[in-house]
Amino acid sequence: MAEEHYLELSENPVQFEHASSVNNVFFDEANKQVFAVRSGGATGVVVKGPDDKSSVAFRMDDKGEVKCIKFSIGNKILAVQRTSKSVDFINFIPDYPHTEFTQECKTKNASVLGFCWTSWNEIVFITDQGIEFYQVFPDKRSLKLLKSQSINVNWYQYCPETAVILLSTTVQGNVLQPFAFRNGTMTRMTKFEIELPVVPKPAKLTLSERDIAMATIYGQLYVMYLKHHSRTVNSPGAEVVLYHLPREGACKKSHVLKLNTTGKFALNIVDNLIVVHHQSSQTSLIFDTRLKEPDCAVNTHQPVLPARSIHPYRIPLSGPAAVPSQPPVPCQLYSSSWSVFQPDIIISASEGYLWYLQVRLPPTVHLLQDKGKLMDFLLRRRDCKMVILSVCSQILDGQEKGSLPVVATVFDKLNQVYKEYLEAEQSYTAAMESGPSRGGGAQKRPVRTQAVIDQSDMYTHVLSAFTERKDVSHKFIIAVLMEYIRSLNQNQITVQHYLYELVIKTLVQNNLFYMLHQFLQYHVLSDSKPLACLLLSLESTYPPAHQLSLDMLKRLSTANDEIVEVLLSKQQVLGALRFIRSVGGHDNVSARKFLDAARQTGDQMLFYTVFRSFQQRNQRLRGNPSFNPGEHCEEHVAHFKQLFGEQALMKPTTV
Amino acid sequence: MLMISPKMASGAQDKQYTPSLLSFFIYNPTFGPREGEEEKKILFYHPSEIEKNEKIRNVGLCEAIVQFTRTFCPTKPAKSLHTQKNRQFFFEPEENFWIVMVVRNPMIEKPNKDGKPPTIEYQEEELLDTVYGAVVRQCYSMYKLFNGTFGRVMESGGVELLIQKLEKFFYRYLQTLHLQSCDLLDVFGGISFFPLDKMTYLKIQSFVNRVEESLSLIKYTAFLYNDQLIWSGLEQDDMKILYKYLTTSLFPRHSEPELAGRDSPLRPEVTGNLLHYGRFLTGPANLKDPEAKFRFPKIFVSAEDGYEELHLIVYKAMSAAACFMISANVELTREFCEQLDGLVGPQLTLLASDICEQFTINRRISGPEKEPQFKFIYFNHMNLAEKSTIHMRKTASVCLTSVHPDLMKILGDINCDFARVDEDEEIIVKAMTDYWVVGKKSDQRELYVILNQKNANLIEVNEEVKRLCATQFNNIFFLD
Repeated sequence: MAEEHYLELSENPVQFEHASSVNNVFFDEANKQVFAVRSGGATGVVVKGPDDKSSVAFRMDDKGEVKCIKFSIGNKILAVQRTSKSVDFINFIPDYPHTEFTQECKTKNASVLGFCWTSWNEIVFITDQGIEFYQVFPDKRSLKLLKSQSINVNWYQYCPETAVILLSTTVQGNVLQPFAFRNGTMTRMTKFEIELPVVPKPAKLTLSERDIAMATIYGQLYVMYLKHHSRTVNSPGAEVVLYHLPREGACKKSHVLKLNTTGKFALNIVDNLIVVHHQSSQTSLIFDTRLKEPDCAVNTHQPVLPARSIHPYRIPLSGPAAVPSQPPVPCQLYSSSWSVFQPDIIISASEGYLWYLQVRLPPTVHLLQDKGKLMDFLLRRRDCKMVILSVCSQILDGQEKGSLPVVATVFDKLNQVYKEYLEAEQSYTAAMESGPSRGGGAQKRPVRTQAVIDQSDMYTHVLSAFTERKDVSHKFIIAVLMEYIRSLNQNQITVQHYLYELVIKTLVQNNLFYMLHQFLQYHVLSDSKPLACLLLSLESTYPPAHQLSLDMLKRLSTANDEIVEVLLSKQQVLGALRFIRSVGGHDNVSARKFLDAARQTGDQMLFYTVFRSFQQRNQRLRGNPSFNPGEHCEEHVAHFKQLFGEQALMKPTTV
Repeated sequence: MLMISPKMASGAQDKQYTPSLLSFFIYNPTFGPREGEEEKKILFYHPSEIEKNEKIRNVGLCEAIVQFTRTFCPTKPAKSLHTQKNRQFFFEPEENFWIVMVVRNPMIEKPNKDGKPPTIEYQEEELLDTVYGAVVRQCYSMYKLFNGTFGRVMESGGVELLIQKLEKFFYRYLQTLHLQSCDLLDVFGGISFFPLDKMTYLKIQSFVNRVEESLSLIKYTAFLYNDQLIWSGLEQDDMKILYKYLTTSLFPRHSEPELAGRDSPLRPEVTGNLLHYGRFLTGPANLKDPEAKFRFPKIFVSAEDGYEELHLIVYKAMSAAACFMISANVELTREFCEQLDGLVGPQLTLLASDICEQFTINRRISGPEKEPQFKFIYFNHMNLAEKSTIHMRKTASVCLTSVHPDLMKILGDINCDFARVDEDEEIIVKAMTDYWVVGKKSDQRELYVILNQKNANLIEVNEEVKRLCATQFNNIFFLD
């Protein structure tokens, strides 16, 4: 059976000392750091971040149980909450005083629920009665209140990517008030209400912090609400409801993800996919909000793929205790000790691991039968290129060979993305050329994602090998190539000549010259010098290729020299002469070349005619019929004299 | 516009007769070499009511002429015999099989006074050997398309079968020969291609490939629009004759009832939920008819090893026609035809309207003022492409030209001159009644232009033709 686990834990997890009675573990979503605090910090605090640079170890005085501990951005200042009234600060900037300083919350009788750093020196306290926005002055060891807002808060969530804090307010907790922070300012965004499945009587806190998560998906901020199945409403299962939270304007319910089951769930976002973990079945589902569901109501989504568990993970034994022969221990997935953080973090505090959740694309190929949908899915993924190219190869041969309409759909989808990129690139170049002063000048160079599969990718990885295959009928090969060319044309993308060469090669190998002729006749294979030369080389096997090639050179209108060469090589000296005259190139052309060709024919009259024609040209240009020494025609002048006598030469006219 | 003949105008009482078919026969001298067995040589004779001895005499005469001329050039015996009243054309398509066509020269009947019988004046030099020689060859090609070679029939059923086949085929075919309207185009036997933009062409390619993929029985496909070819999966020589059949026989037969409004075939078919206008031009007229027969004409085309026999399915939706060719070894069933109808009908209908739309757009872009005011015939030997602004739309019965037959004959004469040499040539002829006729040959292409310009001189005519080439043929290598 093919590999089906499309989710996996990162290979190199962040390891830390697991939680115990003497070791408390904290996680900071903003810096993605794990804090292992031993004995309140007295015997050491070990901070492990996603890379070694953000890992720190230090000691601090044990002043009571630590409730929350976080570095400001860039590890400049450490904030530690030990009581419900205040937060302590320690400078980590070299040369600044290291003694702790404390800030109590401003609101009387309020208790601090937590705090969030929004920059290297700006911090927000969230209390049960509102929020307080401070600036920290590490040198003065003091804080300045920038802004505050009173509001009853049940709980809060923070999205570090967008610096948005979401507060749960009202008795039921389902009215959410977001605040955005940027450069010392605090903006109150529009509040919104989450529709609860059941309204409790009497009113009590119903919306749990666990059922809400914030994340950016496709560059937009969403609030995700895990709506549990309610027994009173006859619904088939739980749902995830997505509320789109724009920077400005009202929040809107935008997507509903159908989970089709009930139980305990957790959410992650990986590569713009919403991953829903289901604990009791030990499986996960993925949803793509951009994938259109034809058979569903607007913005209602079914899982993209059938539920599968995360790829089995083995904990490598490392350190001095590791014995080479000892096999790695399988890790228990979906453990109840797991904590899930946004966007893609899974922490097992009891084992001391932090993993990043990852999507593996190859298994999706077999799980998603609809190739069009598969392409839509793959094209939006980060590391999609090689998988897409392998899908292309798969649908062209082997057991999973697709029909032409399927092939066409896949090509169309690829080229749609390719075209969008080319257009963006084009308008960027145009904007750059018109000067940065105009049009704002702030236009960013378009990013070429892996989803941009261009003609050379297709040629190198798919088509070139495909046309070499002996077990595929040439009819199908040609049909596929034409389908790709059609798709490129449909998207107004200029087709590269090597694709045409592939078509020609295939046709020639199968003796299908008449087909080739028809393609050229309708200019399906666009004109280019390389193509014209290729056609010339086919003349011996297919004589009409000569005419096709000349026509092409003529249309190019930049290949007059080549046309003359072709005609001269065919001993059509007069034709060449007439042609060069008709395009006005007669004056600059090399007389020697024509005389050589004329002499080679052995036709004396032809030689006479050509010779006289050039004498006339010389007369017209220089007032003298003789050839310049630089033209190297002495040999031909002698030949002419020998054939026709001295007197046949044109004499200089005297005025 | 039919020109009035100057000769007709001169004598109001004169009666003009166009060339007509006197006789047409096929013989093989090896079938009755002994005296008294001469009749066995004759495989087909039209008109059949001619007395046996006269048939034998005529065949004998032809045999003698061919034999006699062979003494001068063994490889190239006589191709035609000119006499005062008629002209005979000889053609040996397969070894020892001879086809002879006798055409009566055109003539003018002048009434005489005093009750004397009218004088008949034969116009001996009016007929062109190239034109009628081509007609004979075409007769054979058409026969071969539907029956295969004479030799093949001989192998499968002997002389009896061959005689039967010839009788069956030529009895009908000769009635469709219109010798009075044969001209240069018959010499070329060209194919008119439908002008089309690249994208629409690729869509048609895509359609053909998809149909061939899903109905894998189909071996070859040809696609036509407005009686003009767009795509041929057949080789050129086979397509040439099939094209001739389609455009001069099959399509006109079906378009005439359409034009007349009889049995209005443009009733859309509903397959599933798709509306389409597709219908079979060969095979079953109505798929829903429980009595419908699923028999299609069979054709013979060249294959790697001799010939292959194919069913010819012609399916049309609006102006688009697709020919599907399937090996004759396969029996075609109702299911297959229904499947084809369901698959091709909707797609072809859509394509037809696409092509029509593109065509109208292109015409609007090029503008009506760019429509050629020139009368010309163009032919390319390489792809058999022909284009004529002289000929009107062909119908089953007549082929109308817009110029006087005398001018057409000049075109034919120039063509003969071109055929004699290999070099590029240009011939300019001043015809009577202010017409100039220009013939140009460049590599494998020939162009004939008829200009009607009063008092134009040679230089002006030359300039005019250059202009035509620049506007009409600027995308090909055509030497001025």
